[in-house]
Amino acid sequence: MQKLTINGIDVTVEDGTTVLQACETLGIEIPIFCYHPKLSIAGNCRMCLVEVESSSKPVASCSMPATNGMVVKTNTPLITHAREGVLELLLINHPLDCPICDQGGECDLQDITLKYGRGQSRFSLNKRAVKDKTMGPLIKPIMTRCIHCTRCIRFANEIAGVPEMAALGRGENMEITTYLGKALTSELSGNMIDICPVGALTNKPYAFHGRPWELTKTETIDVFDAVGSNIRVDSVGREIMRILPRLNEEINEEWISDKTRFAYDGLKQQRLDQPYIRQNGKLIPTTWENAFTFIKKNLDSLSGKEIAALAGDQADCESMMALKDLMISLESPHLDCRQDGTHWDNRNRSAYIFNTTIAGIEKADLILLIVTNPRYEAPLINARIRKRYLKSGLTHKLEIGMIGPKSDLTYPYEHLGEYAKTIREIIDGKHPFCKKLKAAKKPVLILGQGAMNRRDSLEILYLCQKISEEYNFIQKDWNGFNVLHTAAARVGGLDLGFLPQKGGLDTAGILGAAHNGKIKALYLLGADEIPMNELGNTFVIYQGHHGDKGAHRADVILPGAAYTEKSATYVNTEGRPQRTTQAILPPGQAKEDWRIIRALSEVLGHSLPYATGEDIQRRLIEVNIHFKNIDKITPSPWEIIPLGTPETLSQLAFQLPITNFYCTDPISRHSTTMAHCTALLPKQEQKEQYE
Amino acid sequence: MLRDKDRIFTNLSGTSSPFLKEAKDRGDWDNTKKIIAKGREWIVQEVTNSCLRGRGGAGFPTGKKWSFMPKESDGRPSYLIINADESEPGTCKDRDIIRYEAHKLIEGALLSAFAIGAHTAYIYIRGEFVREARILQQAIDEAYNEGLLGKDAAKSGWDFDLYLHRGAGAYICGEETALLESLEGRKGMPRLKPPYPALVGLYGCPTIINNVETIAVIPTILRRGAAWFAGLGNQNNTGTKIFCISGHVNHPCNVEEEMGIPLKELIEKHAKGVSGGWNKLKAVIPGGSSVSLLPKDICDTVLMDFDSLAEVQSGLGTAGVIVMDKSTDIIKAIANLSRFYMHESCGQCTPCREGTGWMWRTLERIAAGKAHYQDIDLLNAVTHQVENHTICALGDAAAWPVQGLIRHFRKDLEERLNILDATQLAAGG
Repeated sequence: MQKLTINGIDVTVEDGTTVLQACETLGIEIPIFCYHPKLSIAGNCRMCLVEVESSSKPVASCSMPATNGMVVKTNTPLITHAREGVLELLLINHPLDCPICDQGGECDLQDITLKYGRGQSRFSLNKRAVKDKTMGPLIKPIMTRCIHCTRCIRFANEIAGVPEMAALGRGENMEITTYLGKALTSELSGNMIDICPVGALTNKPYAFHGRPWELTKTETIDVFDAVGSNIRVDSVGREIMRILPRLNEEINEEWISDKTRFAYDGLKQQRLDQPYIRQNGKLIPTTWENAFTFIKKNLDSLSGKEIAALAGDQADCESMMALKDLMISLESPHLDCRQDGTHWDNRNRSAYIFNTTIAGIEKADLILLIVTNPRYEAPLINARIRKRYLKSGLTHKLEIGMIGPKSDLTYPYEHLGEYAKTIREIIDGKHPFCKKLKAAKKPVLILGQGAMNRRDSLEILYLCQKISEEYNFIQKDWNGFNVLHTAAARVGGLDLGFLPQKGGLDTAGILGAAHNGKIKALYLLGADEIPMNELGNTFVIYQGHHGDKGAHRADVILPGAAYTEKSATYVNTEGRPQRTTQAILPPGQAKEDWRIIRALSEVLGHSLPYATGEDIQRRLIEVNIHFKNIDKITPSPWEIIPLGTPETLSQLAFQLPITNFYCTDPISRHSTTMAHCTALLPKQEQKEQYE
Repeated sequence: MLRDKDRIFTNLSGTSSPFLKEAKDRGDWDNTKKIIAKGREWIVQEVTNSCLRGRGGAGFPTGKKWSFMPKESDGRPSYLIINADESEPGTCKDRDIIRYEAHKLIEGALLSAFAIGAHTAYIYIRGEFVREARILQQAIDEAYNEGLLGKDAAKSGWDFDLYLHRGAGAYICGEETALLESLEGRKGMPRLKPPYPALVGLYGCPTIINNVETIAVIPTILRRGAAWFAGLGNQNNTGTKIFCISGHVNHPCNVEEEMGIPLKELIEKHAKGVSGGWNKLKAVIPGGSSVSLLPKDICDTVLMDFDSLAEVQSGLGTAGVIVMDKSTDIIKAIANLSRFYMHESCGQCTPCREGTGWMWRTLERIAAGKAHYQDIDLLNAVTHQVENHTICALGDAAAWPVQGLIRHFRKDLEERLNILDATQLAAGG
């Protein structure tokens, strides 16, 4: 512990604390531009200068370690002078275009100048201007406004792990640019907009769309992957203007992926805003009553065994609950929330969630990735792994091993194999990596979706659990077995048991049965990722928010609400239930999803016993107690339940579920911004050439 | 005046060859083994006793710097780095040491590295020193062939490797931590201190960075004793120093002299006087471009050592003495220096990046008579906004010459603005 005096107040801080942090503990504000708590210290803006008694010069508090007996002053005339001086120098080459700058109103330079500036510039010469640059479809660079704090460079190098940004030139000719003026090849690049303290890097799709003080801010949850990033939706009226991250150290820290941030424009395209029914092969708009009667007419003659339901990747827990209850009351056992054909089972919760927790990755000393590319499947979990990797050194070693197709994960790893037999070799202790596994004290295993949609999935799952027990992954206060889901709805669906009931068919079974006519009606709750042309003559009810694959095939369309338009529950891959908040109204006649099912149940004569939001949430808790602790993780006890019969391992190479990060679901498929990003991806041939 | 027998660099004028045979004749590599046998502590103590101050410009006591190195290694290696990135305008002492006395440097490297526990040393040489790099490399190769470097260097039992690394010609890479960045392969930008290089330096290992001249005088100090060295010069400003005299003098030269020699004596004796006579003198920059200039009345009496020059708000710096006679446009001269600092500013931290350009442009306007009176005060204020607020000393170095100009030649500045009449000022100012 270090004891020091700041402005006459004694304070004791931990070793390794900087003077700046010590000041913050006392609530003393120090103006900063280049310092960022999540990045390395650059100390180049010189705004945080403070007076230290033992030093003849003012020192940069962001980089100066607090030491015993230090006497710090932050409010002397010397410091006022230094701050005024630095600000004046920053502003001599900063354009005064605040009225047309998108950062206006949330600009550090504006705020700090107002509080610490001299009020007037004495600079009468010409200002420097910097040539326009391009940085891809997401970031709009106006580098004349840049104050060279290098936060973006440090972000690209450290957090994103793509060293593609740097400063060219020297002195006042220094310019910050990306490699060859291209977009960053990172899924996290949008965060540079947030960390830029001025309007040099701004949000390109949002450019000139709004002012921060005019926006309605709604705190909610993201559903583009299974991480459950905490976000803030900024909207005006019925339109989303932009999406920003919200600080949650346990999940996304203060970052979000580019899909989370920019795919919202897909919510304005191809929306289902009224019910449709198919008549004479054509979808025609209709009313809710007609749509429901049409469904009733087609379902009435069917027995429960001829009806099936599939839930999509962005379905919320409430609607899955309502649909499950409805299907059961219709006596249908054919339910599945695993439209990707994976073989998860809800009998053993610890076998389908991310037990270590995302924050727990930072404690790991070995990470074994099995058929997953976290960079595409969950960029923020990948960022955590990279964060852990950056901390590794002689004392904090980290070993990373990977089974599955090779890909650039932004950190080095040992590639162990591409086939399932490697997993067998590890459990048999025959693989060279076993030595490292044995030595690990806090190992982490991450099992991806790519391993779970195969014939031998349950065997692989079983072997992974065995590896966990064999090699110290399971300890008294440590559970290193993790499943990385790709869909926001998946863990919720598993928790609620939206799975084949007794005698029911799973996704593959339902599709087969629909094809050969045994299933006569299929309810798709936002499920679009199935081969629609194989559904034969099945009567398809599609409930969702986008006119995507499912709606094209549908016989009835029930327009639902997207994640920003409803207050609903999602469970992330850690098993953490979180609630979204309605930010805007659904378009046209679209309704909240569980209410549609509730209304339909009444028409079908199987009224569901809940009428309000509280009712259905009570029902969720009734089915699974985990829904009681919103925002919290209730650890699941470790056990191994053999789910299938022992099977020989397939000789096929593993395949990853996501190849194009930017287009994975109905929303991002309809996003213009995401289409621009996709266009920048290297073509497959080029990719092969590189390899 | 320095007696010939006290001269360290006997071949400074290049009358003889820099290579091994002649160097040995001059006394280099004379029983180096015996000095090393006296041990690490003895060498550090001897250097401390000699009161040798770093010759790179800041004048930090060398023995004290060495004593910051960890005594026991924690597993990390230690490094010695010799800063041969001599780019200070008006200074060319390191260049001549490398050209004519390369073996003094190499022997000094071995002794210094041994003293700080380093088995590896790098010489970071300025990119423009092409011929010098060739000579130095040849001298290093010679030393390797003779067994003076490498395993069991000079049969002392100490393994020592010496590498020559050529910079790309950036002034800022002479700043010790920017040098480390450059040596590691990154852009030459100074690092934040603390941590100091003695604890976390090259590749994160303990590192000592010394100037060429500092290292080159070490063997002689150790041979002739600290007392001899400390006996030269004034208290706390001991020994001999190479002065580089340039500008309006009859005989520009590099000369080794005793510390504390009067500036006037130095110029009159070695540079054969100011061209046109001492009375023609306008100003002298006594320590390379980074220090404040001195007007003639101070030059009449000032002594050339660290403390005496600091007293007159200037500095010994690298001892690059730039003499300017009355034909000099002093404002343009300083504006020229200002432009140099603007060009060489690395751009990392705000005050230097933005302030150097502002200072230069204002000075140019004043030199052209296109400024207001208050611009002089503004210029002075800007220099104080830059000074002391930057990561490295380049900001200070850019501010000091301008401050010196305003302090000593404010009248000249005001006169320059006088010649412009009010209409011109309204039209173009």
